[in-house]
Amino acid sequence: MKKIELYTPMSEKNIRRLNVGDYVFLNGTIITARDLAHRRMMKYMAEKRSIPFSLEGMALYHCGPLVKAHGDEWAVLAAGPTTSMRMESFEDGIIENLGVRLIIGKGGMGEKTREAMRRYGAAYAAFTGGAAVLAAKCIKRIIDVKWLDLGLPEAVWIFEVKHFGPLIIGIDSHGRSIYEEVRAETLRRLSGIIKDVISE
Amino acid sequence: MNLQRLIEKLTVNLLWLAVTELPVDVKKALQDAYMKERNPVGKIQLKAILENIQLAEEERIPMCQDTGLISFYVKASSRFRGLSKIEEALMKAVKRATVEIPLRPNAVNPFTQKNTKDNTGRYIPYIHWSIIDKDYMEITAFPKGGGSENMCALRILKPADGLSGLKRFVIESVVDAGGMPCPPTIIGVGVGGISDVAMNLAKKALLRPINESNPDPIIASLERDLLRAVNSTGIGPMGLGGDSTALALKIEYAHRHPASYPVAIAFQCWAARRATARIYLDGSVECLSHRGRDLL
Repeated sequence: MKKIELYTPMSEKNIRRLNVGDYVFLNGTIITARDLAHRRMMKYMAEKRSIPFSLEGMALYHCGPLVKAHGDEWAVLAAGPTTSMRMESFEDGIIENLGVRLIIGKGGMGEKTREAMRRYGAAYAAFTGGAAVLAAKCIKRIIDVKWLDLGLPEAVWIFEVKHFGPLIIGIDSHGRSIYEEVRAETLRRLSGIIKDVISE
Repeated sequence: MNLQRLIEKLTVNLLWLAVTELPVDVKKALQDAYMKERNPVGKIQLKAILENIQLAEEERIPMCQDTGLISFYVKASSRFRGLSKIEEALMKAVKRATVEIPLRPNAVNPFTQKNTKDNTGRYIPYIHWSIIDKDYMEITAFPKGGGSENMCALRILKPADGLSGLKRFVIESVVDAGGMPCPPTIIGVGVGGISDVAMNLAKKALLRPINESNPDPIIASLERDLLRAVNSTGIGPMGLGGDSTALALKIEYAHRHPASYPVAIAFQCWAARRATARIYLDGSVECLSHRGRDLL
């Protein structure tokens, strides 16, 4: 399959070129956030407080990394994706208000996020679940860490990455979702599969 | 070395082995899945998994950042002295492993949401005990990730639904889970007993080596039929489409109440981490899951 290299910051035009199933690698800055960081971003937005990092044109990574302290420095040992669906209730607001262009995670996201991506020009990329050492290898440097009070996995880590992947575009900015398409195909097969296995 | 200290040391190493290196049977199954996969996106996922496994093994780093919630299966032999100290040894080993490997701190109080930061807590690590009468005992370390655990399912079917109901429930649960449990998975099915027994059996089924079918030929054939059905759903690696949705499907059963037909389904992600050691009366130790490994 043809590989596409993406570089941050990404423009709407960069994202509109991507389609479901594209094979992508990312270079530049990614910012991690899972449940608690999403919750806090929403709270800050509601209270009109400034968020201490910028997602404009950036990639947001659903990840709670395994890090080890070396004196004052941190080393990232393992940084695979976490289940994105847990962030479904927040993500459309993040896309609309914070200008994020690429969401990276595993397992896909729902209709609200797909619609926000279509409207504002963002995409969802799947990183292979559990491939955490491979992901850590692509992290060249820890640029910063914010909200450490949330705990190590829940903190917001800002990483510089090189050739981060493999990523598969799971939801594009044209309203398509590979997850919905795979699911529709599975459901189409389902009654036949059940009938066959019951008759065995 | 006394038994308590021996077990503590050995268990730190078992956890280390479990989180950094998959048992040979699981690695082989993933390689076979990669060879057979026809969907190009599915193939990319399996290739990334194989590369990741190799990197983790070479560098002795946990293969997945979610190092799981830990349980142990202990077959304690009545011929050993000092069995009452095993629990304490396992707890200490988990605390040490959390710092030394390290493991991600994953034990959270469900009411205060406070993380204990050392992977121990109330009933955690959970210890499944059985008592045997041998000149050895066995300890299996079983760290299990949250993604696959979240998809586990239990349903008490009507006895009239019987085998058809069981088959339908398994297939529908796999379809509902989709890409969430990090497929290709291993699926454990526990049938019968009372509700907790069914889930315990489903989990126990996950401990069986991949190429080992149920010794009962009728159940073995059901395992094969269900695995084939699961792999024809098209869910594929990570739910992105493909042929490899599960590496194996294992069934364990218990006799049931006439009025109930419990079926439990336990999902295990492709990172099917487990490590087992056998400890002999003379203090010698053998690693069963990762042959030839020194655990002391």
